[in-house]
Amino acid sequence: MVGAIKIDNVTKTFINKQKETITALKDINLDIPANSFISLIGPSGCGKSTLLRQIAGLIAPTSGSIKLDGVTISSPGPERGFMFQEHNLFPWLTIYDNIAFGLRARGIFKEQKSRIDEYMELVGLRGFEKYYPHQLSGGMCQRASLARALVGHPSVLLLDEPLGALDAFTRMNIQDEILRIREEKNMTMIMVTHDVDEAIYLSDKIVVMTPRPGMITSVVDVELPRPRDRSDADFLKYHGEILKQLKFGGFKKEPEYSI
Amino acid sequence: MKIIKTQWPLISAAFTAAVALLVPDSSEYSAPGTSYFLLFTALMAITYELFLLFGKGQVRTKTAYRSAFWGTVILAMNIFNVITTKYVLLPPLYFPSPEKIFSVLISDSLFLGNCLLYTLRIQLLGWLFGCVFGILTGIALGFSSGFKYWVQPLVRILGPIPPTAWIPIVLVVFPSIIMASSFLIALAVWFPTTVLTANGIANIKNSYFEVGATLGASKACSILKIGIPAAMPFMFIGIFNGTCSSFITLVTAEMLGAKYGIGWYINWQKEMMSYANVYAGLIVMSLVCYLVITALFKIRDRILVWQAGVIKW
Ligand SMILES: Nc1ncnc2c1ncn2[C@@H]1O[C@H](COP(=O)(O)OP(=O)(O)OP(=O)(O)O)[C@@H](O)[C@H]1O
Ligand SMILES: [Mg+2]
Repeated sequence: MVGAIKIDNVTKTFINKQKETITALKDINLDIPANSFISLIGPSGCGKSTLLRQIAGLIAPTSGSIKLDGVTISSPGPERGFMFQEHNLFPWLTIYDNIAFGLRARGIFKEQKSRIDEYMELVGLRGFEKYYPHQLSGGMCQRASLARALVGHPSVLLLDEPLGALDAFTRMNIQDEILRIREEKNMTMIMVTHDVDEAIYLSDKIVVMTPRPGMITSVVDVELPRPRDRSDADFLKYHGEILKQLKFGGFKKEPEYSI
Repeated sequence: MKIIKTQWPLISAAFTAAVALLVPDSSEYSAPGTSYFLLFTALMAITYELFLLFGKGQVRTKTAYRSAFWGTVILAMNIFNVITTKYVLLPPLYFPSPEKIFSVLISDSLFLGNCLLYTLRIQLLGWLFGCVFGILTGIALGFSSGFKYWVQPLVRILGPIPPTAWIPIVLVVFPSIIMASSFLIALAVWFPTTVLTANGIANIKNSYFEVGATLGASKACSILKIGIPAAMPFMFIGIFNGTCSSFITLVTAEMLGAKYGIGWYINWQKEMMSYANVYAGLIVMSLVCYLVITALFKIRDRILVWQAGVIKW
C-alpha cells in the first residue's frame, strides 16, 4: 500500500514584511497511514494550509522532514494531488483539457486517455467536455477541479478547504462523491476544513490545531461506521467533542454578538 | 416606417443623385461631370442592398442595424458635394470635390495599388518581427530574473523613444530602405508588445503555476502551457497598441527615400499640391488600417474565446 505520510518534527517560520519571524508551525509530528482520511481543523492562522502546502512540496519546512512512503518530499509531484479552495481551473482550457492537463504535461495522455472520460463520469460532468470554466457553476467547477486532481492517480490527495465556497447542498453532494471515489480508488486524503460536520462525516482522524505557534492539540479518532448519519447521536457527540477541543463548547459563554 | 428606416441608404442615394444631377454647378467650379460621384454613391447603396437581400442571418441583421449610419454617410457625401461643386464654399485647391477624389481613385488605381503592396510588405515584415521579438522578450523578462536584471533597464530606456527618432542611425546601419523602414515598424510594435507581455506574465495568479506543479508540469511546460496562454489577453493589448503606433511610424518610415508606399504617396501629392490625390491616398490608407485592425480583432476573438465573460474589452 502506498500513500503513508510521516511528518517528523516539522517547524516552519516565515519572515513577514516587517522583518519579524512568524512561527507558523512548531514541532509537528504526525503519522498518516495509507488509505486514511485525515481532517485538519483549527482557527484561522494555525498553519493548516502551511502544513498541507509542505506535504504538496510547494514550500519546504524550515526544519524537520516530511516523508511519503519513506521518501523525503522536496518538490511537488503528481503522486500528491492538490485541490485548492478556489477551483483554479485554467480559464483558457475547456473542462476536458483542464482535466487532461496533468496527463499531457507528463506525456502519458495517449495511454491514459480513457481515464479522462472515466473521471468526467465519476464527478458527474459528462457532456460538459467542451465548456469553458466560466460557463459552469461554482460547484461544477469544483467537481472538475477534483477530477483534474484525481485523474493522474495520486496516492495522496490534499484538499485545502475545497468545498468552503459552496452552498450546503452542493457541499454534501461532493462530500459523498469524495467518499465514493476514495472507496473505489484507495488513496490517502488529507483535508483542511472549517466545517466540523464535514470533518466528522468524512474522516478517520481529525487533527485539531491551535495558532501562534501552530501546534497540534489533539487527534480525535472518529469511530463511526460508514455511511455516517449526520443526525445520529454518536455523530453529535463527536461534534460536541471537537467543539470542546476548539474551545467553543462544553461551557456556557456570553454570546459575542447581539441581534 | 420600418421600410423607410431600412431603406434609408437607398433613399439618401436617390436624393444625393437628384441633387448632383439637377442642381447646376457653380460657375467657379471648373471640372464638369458627375459620373464618378454617381458611380460611388450607387455602389454604396447597391452594396448595402445586396447585403440586406442576400446576407444570411447575422449579416443581414447587422446590415439592417447599420442602415441609419450608411444612409447618413451618403447624405454627408451629398453635403460635401454640394459645398464643393454647387456653391464652392471652401478653397477648391485644398477641398476638391468628391468627383475629383473618386476619379483619382480610379485613374490612379494601378499606382495606388503598387504603393499599397509596397506598404503592406514593409508593414507586414516589420509587424511580424516586432510581434515575435516582443513576445519572446516579454516572456524572457517574465520568467528569467537574470534576463530581467540586464534587459529590463534597456527596455525602459530604449522603448519609449519614438521609433522615428532612430532614423539617422537606422539609415546607416541597414543596407536597404525596405529593411530600414521594416525595422522602424518592428520597433514600434516590439516595445508595447514586450512591456505588456511581461506585465501579463507578472499578473498571472501564482496558484495557476502551483496547480501546474502539483499536476507534474515541468518548468518549460508551465511557461508554454500556463504562462503564455494566461498572458495572452495582455499580449493582444500590446500588439494592438503596437500596431496603432506602427501606422504612425509607417508614414515617416516611407519618407526615407523610397519611391513607393501609401504614406509616401500622400506626402508626395501634398507637395505637388494635388489634394484630390492626397484624399484618395487617405481613403486607401484608412481602409487598410481598418481592415488590419478588424482582422486583429477577429483573430483575437478566435484565440480568446475563453475570455468571453472573464474580461470585457
Ligand atoms: N508566505 C507567507 N509569508 C509570511 N507569513 C505567512 C506566509 N504564509 C503563511 N504565513 C503565516 O503563517 C500562519 C499560518 O498561515 P496558514 O495560511 O497556514 O493558516 P491557515 O490555518 O491555513 O489559516 P486559514 O484557516 O485562514 O486558511 C499565519 O500567521 C500566516 O500569516
Ligand atoms: Mg488556509
